[in-house]
Formats: sequence, structure tokens, C-alpha cells
Amino acid sequence: MLKIALCVKQVPDTSDIKWTENNTIQREGVESIINPYDVYATEFALKLKAELKDAEITVFSMGPNQAESMLRKLLALGCDNAVLISDRKFAGADTYSTGKTIAAAIKNVLPDFDLVVCGQFAVDGDTAQTGPCIASFLNIPQVTFVQKFIDANEKFLTLNRELEDGVETVRVSYPSLVCILQDTFEPRRATINGIIAADKKEIRVCTMEDIGLEPEKCGLKGSPTYVSKAFRKISKHNAQKFKLSVDESVNLLREKINSVL
Amino acid sequence: MPNETNSGILLYAQITRENYIHTVFFELVDKARELAKKLGGVEVNAVLFTAPNIIAGLKEAFCNMGVNKVFYFEDKCLENYSTEYYSKLFVDVVNQTCPEIVLIGATNEGRDFAPRISSMLHTGLTADCIDLDINEKGQLAATRPTFGGQLMATILCKTYPQMATVRPGVFKVRSVEERVETEFINCPVDLNGVENHVQIMNFKQTLENQINELDSADIIVAGGMGLKNSKGFELLKRFADKVGGTVAATRAAVEAGLAPQSVQIGQTGKTVSPKLYIACGISGAIQHTVGMENSEHIVAINNDENAQIFEIADTGIVGDVFEVLEGYLETL
Repeated sequence: MLKIALCVKQVPDTSDIKWTENNTIQREGVESIINPYDVYATEFALKLKAELKDAEITVFSMGPNQAESMLRKLLALGCDNAVLISDRKFAGADTYSTGKTIAAAIKNVLPDFDLVVCGQFAVDGDTAQTGPCIASFLNIPQVTFVQKFIDANEKFLTLNRELEDGVETVRVSYPSLVCILQDTFEPRRATINGIIAADKKEIRVCTMEDIGLEPEKCGLKGSPTYVSKAFRKISKHNAQKFKLSVDESVNLLREKINSVL
Repeated sequence: MPNETNSGILLYAQITRENYIHTVFFELVDKARELAKKLGGVEVNAVLFTAPNIIAGLKEAFCNMGVNKVFYFEDKCLENYSTEYYSKLFVDVVNQTCPEIVLIGATNEGRDFAPRISSMLHTGLTADCIDLDINEKGQLAATRPTFGGQLMATILCKTYPQMATVRPGVFKVRSVEERVETEFINCPVDLNGVENHVQIMNFKQTLENQINELDSADIIVAGGMGLKNSKGFELLKRFADKVGGTVAATRAAVEAGLAPQSVQIGQTGKTVSPKLYIACGISGAIQHTVGMENSEHIVAINNDENAQIFEIADTGIVGDVFEVLEGYLETL
């Protein structure tokens, strides 16, 4: 049986960000959503499970307790087990520390895993670093920018990955980690039976002690990087708007084009 | 807390499939020289991986660029990028030379490679920086957009080397000659105990040399879903040809099959900074604007006067994009 660890993250809906008077992000009342690239990762894992017939998906998410509702939804979609990696001591973790913590949780809960599936980016931080960091800490190969599932069997996974100058087809053995950029599919919806089954399942919570990390190696303390300042980006463009006739609009456009020629 | 044993800036020189140096490297060198001066004139060095017998042809490209040493690894097994091989050998150079800063271009290869290395070195990495500076304590201050580009964060690193990636097109090459004799060092390819688990089965090329016309275009003419269909993009193309512009597109337009992925601008596409960016029928989702807001002048044409694109445009034309573009072509 292929044992899949699926890593997902709950993120604030970045298309709906509101600012306080002091130009800081207003965090209250911002809706949390599943990171859009993790939806692709989930679909990838479910597709693989359907393809191989004999596979089991364990979802891992690092975050506060409110991430439980997302895990419950993923169980309803067909994931088999869910693990919430949650501890106050994990707060403020950068990608290095997050990668280390998730890798430790996977080793602890699913030591005989075959494949780790991540989304390529998270839309809040947008670093694309956590996947490769997890792979590095687990000391397993990685395939990033995966845009298409080609084939899978008990020994290898064949995938298309996107590069700037074309598309590469690669074959990777297990255990390994893949980061999913996109795939062509319609995200599935949970069935009633799936929802009922998910409600009966237990979500396992992993704390720092459970996965055997020390406080100085977790969260902000265990992070090599830290934010020294955060500020709102002020656009250098002056946002002038013109409502003109077509002829006048054409003239304005010509004026702007001629100014650079 | 600059570390006495760590010195110099190490860069990754990505070699393209056609055995050229990726343009992002030249952008990094310029920035690195600037940082090196602020650090009191430390060395700027580079690491590269190639197949055998390629290095001679690459040497000229380093001439008068201001790179002190090039650590190169040549072997048949290094012809194609391998996460496992490249990261192991890069870490070898870091361990031997102890740089205080490591900079890597945020190409898909760089983004695969950099976090792997930073984890192996147990150090911090800041992704997709748009500004790099040295603060009063001599630390690398790396500024990057976050929260979909709406918030900027300046990030410091308390371990060495301090690592950062920078997307292609973010820094400009100023082509200032630096008369530095570059030393080329052939490094031993020690891959004992390292295995490559990812086999490349096939490659379908869509772009040569990773050279994208968008990188050097003065005028970019970009289309979004407001152009509706392939006819709209044909009109855009005619308009672009007329004004000597290069066509680009939003992610939605690319996903709708109206334009190739190679011309997609934004968070999951390219970052560009032309003299003039003409956004046609583009709503202005942050996903798109993070890739073009550094353009010198932005003109937006959209019939929805509340479209977000007008907030970041210099000149906003509220109107029907078809009428304006056709009007332009007719009255020439």
C-alpha cells in the first residue's frame, strides 16, 4: 500500500485584505480558506489513490485549532486520516522551522510514508520554500512545479514539471516529495456519505512534545529569519482616470505611446 | 553581528540548456557588487555546474563583470539539473568558502534548489526579494512582497550564510565594467553517497535559451479576459505590431488558451518592468499586478471604471478596449 502524506495550510483570503488606519493588516474578521495550491495537491493525492487502488492519504496541517474544520472537509473528500500539528510554541515559524516541524511530525506519525504531496506555493507567504525544506529534512528526493500527473505504479511516479523554457517529464522513485503547481481538473465536492464518515473520524493533534522537538528549535526561536519591519506598499503610479470619447481616448493612448518612442 | 569567519558573497550561475549563463545571474552580480562595496570590498564569487568541455566557452561571459572566483564543477552527470547532485556540491563550496551572503536567481530551478540548500546548511532563506541592502549592523536586509503583494516585509537572518532569492527582471543590469581578474577553479565532483532519484524521461521545449522577449521589451501590450476570445487577442497582436510592443497576458487569459504560458505576467508568471505597459481588458487582480507594477508608466484600458487596475495605472482610460484599439489602428 502506498502511504501518502498530504500537507495543507489554511491561509487568510488574500483577495479580501483590509487595512487598519496604521497601515497594518487587519487580521480580525478575515476569512480563512484552504490555500488554493493545496486544493490541487489534494486532488493530486486523491487521483493517485484512485489510480493505485491501494493507497492511504494522511493529511497534515500545521496551524491553530481552527484548521480542524479544513481537515474535516478534506476527510469528507476522501482523505483517510488527519493530523493537526499544533502548539503555541510553533508560533512565528519561518519556512526553515516549519519544514523541520512538519518533517518531524511525518516521521513520527507516518514513519513508513512513501510520498509527501504539497502545494507549490501558499498564497499568503508565497515563498514556495516549505515543500523543499520538508524534503531536505526527510532527506528524500523532490519534484517541484508539477503540472500534470502522467502515471504511477508501486515503484515510480511519472510527472510533468513546468520549467520556463518547456515541460519536462520525470520519473521519481519512493519515498519522495512532490510540489503541485496545477492540474487540469474540476475540484471535487464531498458526498453526503463522505461528510458523515468524516464526522466520525478523529483528528489527531500533535504537539511539540509528541514529535520530540525542543522549544528552542521551534517557532520564532527556532527560525533563522525574522521580520524586522513590515509596511504597506505605496504605489508609485498616480492613478489618473479619464472618461473620454473614443477619439479622445485614442489620442491619449497615442500620446503615451509616442512619449516612449 | 557580522561573523568574522564568514566573508564574501556567493552567487549561483545557472547555465541554460543551450549552455549560456542565465540572464538573472548578471542582474545578481550587479546587486552583489553594490552589497560587497557596503561590506568593505568583500569578494563576489560564483558557482556553476556544466557538462564537460563547456567551461571554455563560458569564460568570456565573466570578463570584466566583477566576479572574483568561479567555482565550477564539470561532469557528464551534471549536464542536466539534479536537485540532489547540485545541492550537495553547492553546499560543499559554502562549507569551504564560508560566504556571509548567498544569492540565487528565483527561476524554477533556483526555487527548487535554494530551500534545499538552506535547510542543509541550517540557515535562513528569504524568497523573491525586490530589494537587498546592508543595514547598519552589516546584516543583509532583504525586502519582499507578502500577502499577495499587498504587504512588504524586510527580513533579517540570524545565521550564516544569509540567503536570498531574486526573481529574474527585478534588478536591472547597469553594465558597468569592473576590471577584476576572474579566477576559475575546477572543483572535484565528489558525489559519494549521493544518488539522483529523479530521471528526466523527456523534454518538450517551448522557448530557446530561456530568452523571453518580454525581458527586454520597451513596450508591453497585455491582454486579459476583457478581450473575451482569440479575436480579441488577434486585435491585441495587430496593435502590438503597430506600436512595436510585445504581447503579454494574464493568468486567466493563459488558462483560457488565449496566450501561451511563456507570456504570462504575475505571481505565477513573469515579472516585467518595461517603459510602457498597456493593460487591455485587465481587471487588475493582485496576482497579475505584482508582476508589472514596476513598469515605468502604466496605461490601463477597461470599461469597468471601478476595476482595480486603475488604482495602479498612471493613465486610466475608461472605455471599450475594442473601440480604443480599433480606433488607434484606423486613425494611423
